[in-house]
Amino acid sequence: MTFVAKPKIHHPLLKVNEIGLKRRDYEGLVSTLCAGCGHDSVSAALIQACSELSLPPHKFAKLSGIGCSSKTPSYFLGNSHGFNSVHGRMPSVATGANIANRDLIYIGVSGDGDSASIGLGQFAHAVRRKINMLYIVDNNGTYGLTKGQFSATNDRGSTNKRGVPNLYTSIDLVSMALQIGASFVARSFSGDKTQLVPLMKAALLHRGFAFIDVISPCVMFNNHDGSTKSYGYIRDHSAPVVDADFIAPQEEIEIYYAPGTAETVAMPDGSSLRLRKLEDSYNPRNRVDALAYVQNALDEGEVVTGLLYVEDDSVDCHEVLETPDVPLNSLDESVLCPGSAELAAVNDSFR
Amino acid sequence: MKPTNIHDPNYFHKVVDCQWACPAHTPVPEYIRLIAQQRYTEAYMVNWESNVFPGILGRTCDRPCEPACRRVRTEEKPVAICRLKRVAADHKGDITPYLPHVPKTKNGKKIALLGAGPASLAVARDLLPLGYEIDMFDRDPGGGGMMRSQIPAFRLPADVLEEEVDLIVNMGIDAYYNHEITSMREMLEMNYDAYFVGTGAPRGRDLDLPGRKEVADHISIGIDWLSSVAFGHTTSISGKVIVMGGGNTAMDCCRTSKRLGAENVTVVVRSAFHVMKASEWEKEDAMAEGIPILNNRPPKEFVHENGRLKGVVFERVKPIEDNGRLKYVPTGEPDVFMEADHILMAIGQENHCPWIERDLGIEFDKWDCPILDEDTLQSTHPKIFFGGDSAFGPENIIWASAHAHKAAISIHLFCQGRDPKKDRPPDGVNLISQKMGIHEWSYDAEHDPSQRYIVPHANLRRSLDNIKVEVELGFDEQLGFKEAQRCLNCDVQTVFTEKLCIECDACMDICPMDCITFTENRDEEELRANLLVPAENNEQDLYVSDHLDTGRVMVKDEDLCLHCGLCAERCPTNAWDMQKSVVHNPQLSSYAE
Ligand SMILES: Cc1cc2nc3c(=O)[nH]c(=O)nc-3n(C[C@H](O)[C@H](O)[C@H](O)COP(=O)(O)OP(=O)(O)OC[C@H]3O[C@@H](n4cnc5c(N)ncnc54)[C@H](O)[C@@H]3O)c2cc1C
Ligand SMILES: Cc1ncc(C[n+]2csc(CCOP(=O)(O)OP(=O)(O)O)c2C)c(N)n1
Ligand code: SF4
Ligand code: SF4
Ligand code: SF4
Ligand SMILES: [Mg+2]
Repeated sequence: MTFVAKPKIHHPLLKVNEIGLKRRDYEGLVSTLCAGCGHDSVSAALIQACSELSLPPHKFAKLSGIGCSSKTPSYFLGNSHGFNSVHGRMPSVATGANIANRDLIYIGVSGDGDSASIGLGQFAHAVRRKINMLYIVDNNGTYGLTKGQFSATNDRGSTNKRGVPNLYTSIDLVSMALQIGASFVARSFSGDKTQLVPLMKAALLHRGFAFIDVISPCVMFNNHDGSTKSYGYIRDHSAPVVDADFIAPQEEIEIYYAPGTAETVAMPDGSSLRLRKLEDSYNPRNRVDALAYVQNALDEGEVVTGLLYVEDDSVDCHEVLETPDVPLNSLDESVLCPGSAELAAVNDSFR
Repeated sequence: MKPTNIHDPNYFHKVVDCQWACPAHTPVPEYIRLIAQQRYTEAYMVNWESNVFPGILGRTCDRPCEPACRRVRTEEKPVAICRLKRVAADHKGDITPYLPHVPKTKNGKKIALLGAGPASLAVARDLLPLGYEIDMFDRDPGGGGMMRSQIPAFRLPADVLEEEVDLIVNMGIDAYYNHEITSMREMLEMNYDAYFVGTGAPRGRDLDLPGRKEVADHISIGIDWLSSVAFGHTTSISGKVIVMGGGNTAMDCCRTSKRLGAENVTVVVRSAFHVMKASEWEKEDAMAEGIPILNNRPPKEFVHENGRLKGVVFERVKPIEDNGRLKYVPTGEPDVFMEADHILMAIGQENHCPWIERDLGIEFDKWDCPILDEDTLQSTHPKIFFGGDSAFGPENIIWASAHAHKAAISIHLFCQGRDPKKDRPPDGVNLISQKMGIHEWSYDAEHDPSQRYIVPHANLRRSLDNIKVEVELGFDEQLGFKEAQRCLNCDVQTVFTEKLCIECDACMDICPMDCITFTENRDEEELRANLLVPAENNEQDLYVSDHLDTGRVMVKDEDLCLHCGLCAERCPTNAWDMQKSVVHNPQLSSYAE
């Protein structure tokens, strides 16, 4: 909790983006999370990503469930839409909102409890339905808000603050997302914005379901020596395999890459992603290979990070369902009730 | 870059921009906090210890602190530091319990102070508590030097001046007023243990133009005229007055003329408006009183008829930039003639001590300034020390106080048979945590976005009618409190402890001014360019930590830090702490028992 209000003034040299806004214009309320919580860094990374992409704040919808992580939409993009749903039910709300208004940019922020425990079924179906959104899990391996119970992503053998070990195997949401059909899957660390911000930018512009599992330490309940989700443990055990450089459409700068190490993925809005493989044997465009690699690494106690899978020509729920090109709320009566002649024609088609 | 040594007394001192800029290093934020707490007496004493004349300076100081104020960089207008000093002086209670004790038994050393200006008075104040006997000589009828003889009463009321001058004189100085010193040799024959020369820069410059001799009766040297007004010898001036010169003396001359009955007063300056020596606020005040300032007009000749001054012919020039310097070239327009009945010449002062014989071992440079050791202010004659305007040429009161502290230490060391240069105590710094509990700091960390408050002025008509009416009314308690809240508390420092940091980025994310960056270490230039927001102000330091666990370093650009404490609030491990830096620039009081 912070009691001193954050001053409104900012550095005079702060950059203005293409729509005339500064990074500070993308902030929300001052966080009430514990000082040092990884979730605050995730919010800061989102603020940076959105402002660097020059996206208009009022075009965002932020959705969340329950948990410290689910509180964070209050702390970024203060001038956008938002819905704080019940525990584990954010995916349903996101699905409905997304189908109804395809013009907004959807950011769902959830926790490992919210998505891997109570909301696991909801999560799976949002992935499967290819909801066009950025789905972030602030993964701290614990129920922070309710004072530190093990969550379903907590690794077996990892201990709580009092030294009691967790008895169950963990659920790896990255593997699940890969297996169920997410078209963009990444993992990162709240303490590494140089990796996280470009991933977020790419995910925001990706068409389809973009999932980022962000390991985000809970300083209060899961940052001790026995934890496998502490700042120290993640720094020692994370292995970046693919770096993604986000390249905006206007900046076709030629970055030099050693031959064979870089691949380009075209993005729907004309921008592109350069994938730089840090690990030769990794293939971020093959779902089965990616899944195998991630699972093997898990067995060896390594946390693989980076853009783990991305699908060229991805598809989203609107394409699957063939929804209209415009938000449903913009359809007027003449479209929604086309009249008895239309009805008769439809009926005739079944005769 | 190498990790910053925060125990270097100058490191955090420089962060307190105002205190660093103040020649006497007055702990500005400290006294401003005391004002906000209505502890005016203590606020006054903090000032009194550093600058000796808070009431006088709160009205007249040249304020080198204000342009340095961090708030100029974050929001344009500095805190009204000088006016707050006056608030402390105006609202203080009884200060006697706080005054230093002057021992009855003396230490056996006798010091002569030559001149009774602020420099000499401040030396006396520093030496008296150590048991020195002090004789002070001045040709004027009272103490105060130019504060009495030059600064007009509408800027500095007599009672304010006398209170602070008398306070020191009454600490036990033997003052010899109306005593013209005519020979340094004679002074030396009186065999004092040490001498302090604080006789100022008492000679006003003159301009030898055609007609100067013929109209001598109608031309006065500005500072001579002002002192004859101050001592009541001149009580009026009539007709059209031209003031020549662009410094503060010119501003005092024109405003005084206006009050003494001049029909019309014009200031004519040879240079451009923005390069005039007068302080911004002095120019503003003169213009607000309806006095025109004409620039770019060098004088050519005095026009006279039958021994009477008719006026002055001025050339017309314009300034052009030439390699960063201003050059003046004729505009080609015809010269202007301006009528005048009286001219006040205020084009500068110079050092002048014809009474110091040049064979005593006191060496002078080609500008007639004594050759001094800059650290000790000792002249080439070991017994003789200089300070104030007599040392390096005309400055101001706050420099006089600063010199005095330095000279007093030297005199003391000299009289104790120690080396005034080598035996000086070093500067020091103490750091004191301001944490009072969770979310509680012992200072008001919240940033106040208010604009600078304006000091009310007396009714213009009333003040032009009477030279004794003080123009500025000062802040009342309420305005004083509000203005005090604008202070950013730059002495409450952000102190970083590497080994506690878990590199969670919380401080970097919350900082409203993007001061903090965690990054790979590089050389200074590269670091400056690669921070969250580039650090372009090279005058402000980077605070660089030692290597952290990830191999990176923490770099903080001190330039625009608001000292809001949010970094420390958001740090889970107290790797940041807000600590008050108390800088010790030794003063003689630190030698007293
Ligand atoms: C018009 C004017 C306005 C000013 N306004 C300001 C202002 O607003 N703020 C500010 O900070 N500064 C101001 N100053 C400058 C300031 O007054 C001086 O810098 C300051 O007083 C210098 O202090 P001092 O002790 O060195 O010498 P002084 O104040 O000059 O004192 C020297 C003393 O020595 C005496 N003396 C000199 N020679 C002899 C001798 N031979 N025998 C006996 N006595 C002698 C003089 O009578 C005088 O009393 C102003 C100056 C002028 C001229
Ligand atoms: C239906 C329901 N069941 C249980 C809870 C209690 N509860 C609140 S938050 C939470 C866990 C949150 O964990 P996570 O999503 O990981 O968020 P974190 O606080 O760790 O960021 C639980 C179990 C609830 N609010 N609602
Ligand atoms: S309890 Fe844990 S997850 Fe919740 S705010 Fe505190 S540090 Fe963050
Ligand atoms: S005190 Fe800390 S948070 Fe506040 S401006 Fe300074 S560095 Fe930033
Ligand atoms: S908030 Fe504290 S622990 Fe976190 S990075 Fe800053 S100094 Fe380090
Ligand atoms: Mg959690």
